[in-house]
Amino acid sequence: MYLIKEIKEIAPKIKKMVLDAPLLARKHKAGQFVMVINTEKGERIPLTIADKDPEKGEITLIFQEVGKSTIEMGLRKAGEYIFDVVGPLGKPTHIVNYGTVVCIGGGVGTAPLYPITKKMKETGNYIITILGARNKDLFILEKEMESVSDEFYQTTDDGTKGRHGLVTDELQALIDSGRKIDLVLAIGPAIMMKFVSLLTQKYNIPTMVSLNSIMVDGTGMCGACRVSVGGVTKFVCVDGPEFDGHKVNFDELLKRQAMYKDMEEEALKKFLEELKKQESCGGCHA
Amino acid sequence: MPDKKWIPQPKKPRTPIPEQKPEVRRRNFKEVALGYTVELAIEEAYRCLQCKNPLCVDGCPVGIDIPGFIRHIGEGRFEEAYYTLKKYNSLPAICGRVCPQEDQCEQLCIMGKKFKPVAIGRLERFAADWFMQSGKKEDFQIEPPTGKKVAIVGSGPAGLTCAGELAKKGHKVTIFEALHKPGGVLVYGIPEFRLPKKIVDIEVENLKKMGVEIKTSAIIGKLYTIDELLEEEGFDAVFIGTGAGLPYFMGIEGENLNGVYSANEFLTRVNLMRAYMFPEADTPVKIGKRVAVIGGGNTAMDAVRTALRLGAEEAYIIYRRSEAELPAREEEIHHAKEEGVQFKLLTNPVKIIGDENGWVKALQCIKMQLGEPDESGRRRPIPIEGSEFEFPVDTVIMAIGQGPNPLIQETQPDIEVKRWGIIKIDEQGRTSKKGVFAGGDIVTGGATVILAMGQGKRAAQAIDEYLKTGKWE
Ligand SMILES: Cc1cc2nc3c(=O)[nH]c(=O)nc-3n(C[C@H](O)[C@H](O)[C@H](O)COP(=O)(O)OP(=O)(O)OC[C@H]3O[C@@H](n4cnc5c(N)ncnc54)[C@H](O)[C@@H]3O)c2cc1C
Ligand SMILES: Cc1cc2nc3c(=O)[nH]c(=O)nc-3n(C[C@H](O)[C@H](O)[C@H](O)COP(=O)(O)OP(=O)(O)OC[C@H]3O[C@@H](n4cnc5c(N)ncnc54)[C@H](O)[C@@H]3O)c2cc1C
Ligand code: SF4
Ligand code: FES
Repeated sequence: MYLIKEIKEIAPKIKKMVLDAPLLARKHKAGQFVMVINTEKGERIPLTIADKDPEKGEITLIFQEVGKSTIEMGLRKAGEYIFDVVGPLGKPTHIVNYGTVVCIGGGVGTAPLYPITKKMKETGNYIITILGARNKDLFILEKEMESVSDEFYQTTDDGTKGRHGLVTDELQALIDSGRKIDLVLAIGPAIMMKFVSLLTQKYNIPTMVSLNSIMVDGTGMCGACRVSVGGVTKFVCVDGPEFDGHKVNFDELLKRQAMYKDMEEEALKKFLEELKKQESCGGCHA
Repeated sequence: MPDKKWIPQPKKPRTPIPEQKPEVRRRNFKEVALGYTVELAIEEAYRCLQCKNPLCVDGCPVGIDIPGFIRHIGEGRFEEAYYTLKKYNSLPAICGRVCPQEDQCEQLCIMGKKFKPVAIGRLERFAADWFMQSGKKEDFQIEPPTGKKVAIVGSGPAGLTCAGELAKKGHKVTIFEALHKPGGVLVYGIPEFRLPKKIVDIEVENLKKMGVEIKTSAIIGKLYTIDELLEEEGFDAVFIGTGAGLPYFMGIEGENLNGVYSANEFLTRVNLMRAYMFPEADTPVKIGKRVAVIGGGNTAMDAVRTALRLGAEEAYIIYRRSEAELPAREEEIHHAKEEGVQFKLLTNPVKIIGDENGWVKALQCIKMQLGEPDESGRRRPIPIEGSEFEFPVDTVIMAIGQGPNPLIQETQPDIEVKRWGIIKIDEQGRTSKKGVFAGGDIVTGGATVILAMGQGKRAAQAIDEYLKTGKWE
């Protein structure tokens, strides 16, 4: 059982949750994630440790409410307990002084990107950050990211903030300006990582992506999270989550992510209906 | 001393065990075999000849005094039967259900020469169940505290047994388990209809009563390394029982299509995560109308019978050798057939064919024939050229074996491994690292519950010795 110390909405449908987890806070390294089980009957969902405070014994999770589990988790209150958290999982990011690193965050992908960027900066890299969102309200961790970046750019699909366009447009502009880029690190929706990788491949810029495959155990014993990397099957939870973006078969990843779409929708519908019932019932008690 | 004369009844037929009817049980998760009643158990016990030189014992990996406990049952002294079993086997309710007796004790039982062997496994299960149901408190006989601390990594049969034995010796034992429930394969792999989870829970509770601490969701190699356990966390010795949980795939085209599972994933979703309750439990699983399970071992039988229970219309076992080589327990094959599982033998998949959305549509298979025996002593399957055919399916489950869990070996290079990451041990269960022992599937590759248990027990003796003497040469 893990105590929720704080929970708040930091952008529409994006919640930040601070958990009391001293051991995880101490052991976590940038790039690693945890499996969270919200309730006794809950599924195991992978979430990146977005921040930690070893002194206070806290870890921070930032998650987008996309389906039943994350919406249910978003309804929890400070002072309540999360059923279980296991980690830290996955290989830590290989962080050295690469030179100039472009860190690209799409949507809630900024959450896992932040601790890595921070560490990259501490290691002496020159950090150029590009954050992308559908509109200006959907950005998260803007201040935090800016504070660990040497240059900071934003793009929106609707032009309400920063460049009107996609993160790949900003990246293209950087490349066109002749900047020397030693590494691109992209975390976001699979489709974004796919197009970033396609772009950097043209210019031979090494590219690291962090994959969000569907997982069950997160410890390497089921293979639910498998992806093809350079034609070889890898398990994201133990071999990753970071891989060479030029070698990942993104189309396969995208298809595998949709494997339970119909069932997820069914679960969500049922959950929302029950929630409604409870709410109207709450009314009659009053 | 036995109080009456034992008059064996060898001519009586082997007593059948009451079972749920196939047409009923194929759609439910309740236990298939219901267990002997007191009368049936006594009847079966009297078939035993009480051999002076019991061959059955030679077939038992832990050397249980088989005629001894059977005699106790025959004489109605069930509690004694239980304690006789416990002297050798710390998990009799589990082994009585899942041991491959037909290849062990029952294979050698003298009665098998002329008649059918004594139903040793069913009697073992009876004695253990009787004790559990009697409500009697188990007498653990725990020695005074020694002040020594031992860490057990993994809570499968190897880890549970090692923990129990060490606790009895008065050592302070902590189990670290990666998953959120203890039990290893016993909880995430073997389904409820073969091994009710309640039985594993009782064994785990017993360990807690003995003072063993169980830390779930604690992955060694991630949360702590073995070095940290020894140097920072104050453990005097470590036992590694992390099992063979890494699923193998065939390496054929189409294995990453949607609808292809490893047996581990499929069984974990259903057993550990309770996908059969979806959407009441959150974890989903896809079944489809036609399910093909690749492989012929216990894992394959468990997967195929689970698929049936979840509503598959047709469920197939696809196995590259013939019926005689099927590695699964005889009883499970028999049960699977009764439930309507269809066997496609001498058949091997060569490719999985998908539709335009990335879902499995069919299996491309090739027919096989048996050639000369290979290293395993079984006849080698050889593809028959030009015999390829397409077999339409919605779900494919790969049950072709598992390798050792790699997490510890990756973070602890000073623990010597053999091929495929199997941890190397000596006859006492010691690894190449001082104070670190190992046993179970992590040292044998996928084997059996009783072997894992036996190794856990043997390592416990060596650990106790090491803690007393500090000697490691
Ligand atoms: C290593 C790793 C780290 C992650 N870190 C974060 C994080 O820090 N913050 C965060 O918000 N999310 C993160 N994710 C994604 C997160 O796990 C999923 O969004 C979550 O499991 C969805 O669960 P649900 O029940 O709410 O939605 P579901 O009902 O299961 O799914 C709703 C929708 O989300 C999609 N989806 C389901 N599972 C995933 C998944 N694993 N990844 C991407 N999309 C998925 C489905 O296709 C569906 O369209 C991470 C995933 C991985 C593998
Ligand atoms: C589906 C299936 C059916 C089977 N049926 C039978 C049968 O009928 N009869 C029979 O005799 N045998 C059967 N077997 C084989 C038998 O279950 C195994 O041989 C036995 O469980 C091995 O025991 P173990 O203790 O070595 O490992 P396991 O039971 O595999 O347990 C290992 C435990 O260690 C944990 N772990 C792994 N890595 C770490 C880590 N780094 N830190 C912490 N914990 C960790 C795992 O989560 C797991 O809980 C079956 C196996 C399967 C998969
Ligand atoms: S070999 Fe058979 S008959 Fe003889 S003691 Fe063992 S179980 Fe009884
Ligand atoms: S999530 Fe099970 S192996 Fe990666």
